[in-house]
Amino acid sequence: MTHLARLAQQLDQIFVLAAHWLLSYLPAAIQPLCSAILSVAAIIIVFATLFAITTWLERKGLGRIQNRFGPNRVGPFGLLQPIADGVKSLTKEDIVPITADHAVHFLAPVLLVAASFLGYAVLPIGRNMVLVNLNAGVLYFFAVGSMMELAVFMAGWSSRSKYSLLGAMRAIAQMISYEVPLVLASIVVIMQAGSLSTVSIVDLQATYTGIWPHWFVFTPWGFAGFVLFMIAATAESNRSPFDLPEGESEIIAGYYTEYSGFKFALFFLGEYIGMFATSGMAITLFLGGWSAPFSFLTWVPSYLWFFAKLLAIISVFIWIRGTLPRLRMDQLMNLAWEFMLPMALLNLFTAGLWHFMAAGSLRWLVCSTMVVVPCILLSRGLKHKKKFQVRTYHYSD
Amino acid sequence: MVLALLTVAGMAAAMGLRNAVHCVLALTLGFVGIAALYLQLGAQFVGLAQIMVYVGAVAILAVFAIMMTHNPESANLPVFSSQWIVGCIVAAAVFAVLARAISSSAAFTQVLPPQPGATVHQIGDSLMHRYVLPLEIMGLLLTAALIGAVVIAMDRKEEMR
Repeated sequence: MTHLARLAQQLDQIFVLAAHWLLSYLPAAIQPLCSAILSVAAIIIVFATLFAITTWLERKGLGRIQNRFGPNRVGPFGLLQPIADGVKSLTKEDIVPITADHAVHFLAPVLLVAASFLGYAVLPIGRNMVLVNLNAGVLYFFAVGSMMELAVFMAGWSSRSKYSLLGAMRAIAQMISYEVPLVLASIVVIMQAGSLSTVSIVDLQATYTGIWPHWFVFTPWGFAGFVLFMIAATAESNRSPFDLPEGESEIIAGYYTEYSGFKFALFFLGEYIGMFATSGMAITLFLGGWSAPFSFLTWVPSYLWFFAKLLAIISVFIWIRGTLPRLRMDQLMNLAWEFMLPMALLNLFTAGLWHFMAAGSLRWLVCSTMVVVPCILLSRGLKHKKKFQVRTYHYSD
Repeated sequence: MVLALLTVAGMAAAMGLRNAVHCVLALTLGFVGIAALYLQLGAQFVGLAQIMVYVGAVAILAVFAIMMTHNPESANLPVFSSQWIVGCIVAAAVFAVLARAISSSAAFTQVLPPQPGATVHQIGDSLMHRYVLPLEIMGLLLTAALIGAVVIAMDRKEEMR
């Protein structure tokens, strides 16, 4: 039994041990530098591979939802399609509009990809597997995420195209609006954990009562926070149904209309990497990070749990994309400011109350009511306010 | 040192570039440099808040303001005004006075006290206990400003109809 336990532990720490073993061959002076380079390279390779897998998964999944086959020519089940796509985008001509602002036009995709990768520095992928354990990890994550807005603006503005500029305006308006509920939804976790460090937040959740874990999603405020966080994360990563900044059918892919070849691929990469990062943050904050869902499953290596959860969230994203139609701009803004923001603020109160009430079923009852009843009332009230009638178009009649 | 150079270069470019949007982008670079300096000094909270507020919000705000009031003719004006020599002299004089005042003051000569650790935890604690009243007042003030902005925006909308 102890042998098995030790084996499980070694399997769990296999990457940490491998890194230590590799570094032990180097002189001590350059060890910190090499350690950093090694971890960064690992993160980039792993998540870029995940990006390739996800593009395949998404096309397959959407194909299934829409009664198509999806890619099925390149390799078995079309599995080599991402490689073909990569070669295609590398060999395509890189077209830059003649009036474009060349330096900014070039820098925008680079900044986007760099900013989206920076967030992984504080994500605990497994036990002892975090690049830097910052005191202010969650704050760092959101600070880095806010840099993506600037990249989007740079792309839209430097292209000198109406569609690009419109797309960038929409994207920025959307990202700024949804950043508020995103941050407010994660504050409940910070309040409860009393720490901004992602590692200690996960450590708090990796304990068990019986076989059940202490994930924050299994509390009323945690569940509400998780749902709000995921909605805001969908909007933040410009995915359907919030993809109107880059709606292909209305503003021909928005702020990256004027990008071609590998820069276009970089935008795609940055977007997906950003989506993985926010999903990873949701896992860290609400779904217990790398911890196992049941106490008798703790022998499974921790990083496997993290990636299993990540893939589950990605599948939900794909499912939603195949199911829901795109929102209109005013609907999008109304959802953010009239529904998400009040709910997030209320959720803060609920989390505070939860903290000060004694543990027991009463606490559950009160806090659940505090989340569910306003949610129903608010959505009904907002529905009543709307007048449903035949729409009149101001400019097209 | 590299960070300081980056900051100064960014700020200088912000003043020197012709295109207003380029200026804002260069200014953002300067902000990032300052944030990196804070981080290097161990002030995590301040540094990250600097990135979040200045890079994430203020830069976007400035860019929007420029695009709202964009005047294409201003691009042809020379960047340096005709009285740049006078400006330089005034700037140098101010710098000299400030430098002299700082170097002759008592604070410069005395030994630095041991650095108080400014962790996020301590900042949070003092904000919630000792400085809770100023925090609340600031929150109230900002809310009032927000409501004021909304009211102004709403009025304009009704006039347009």
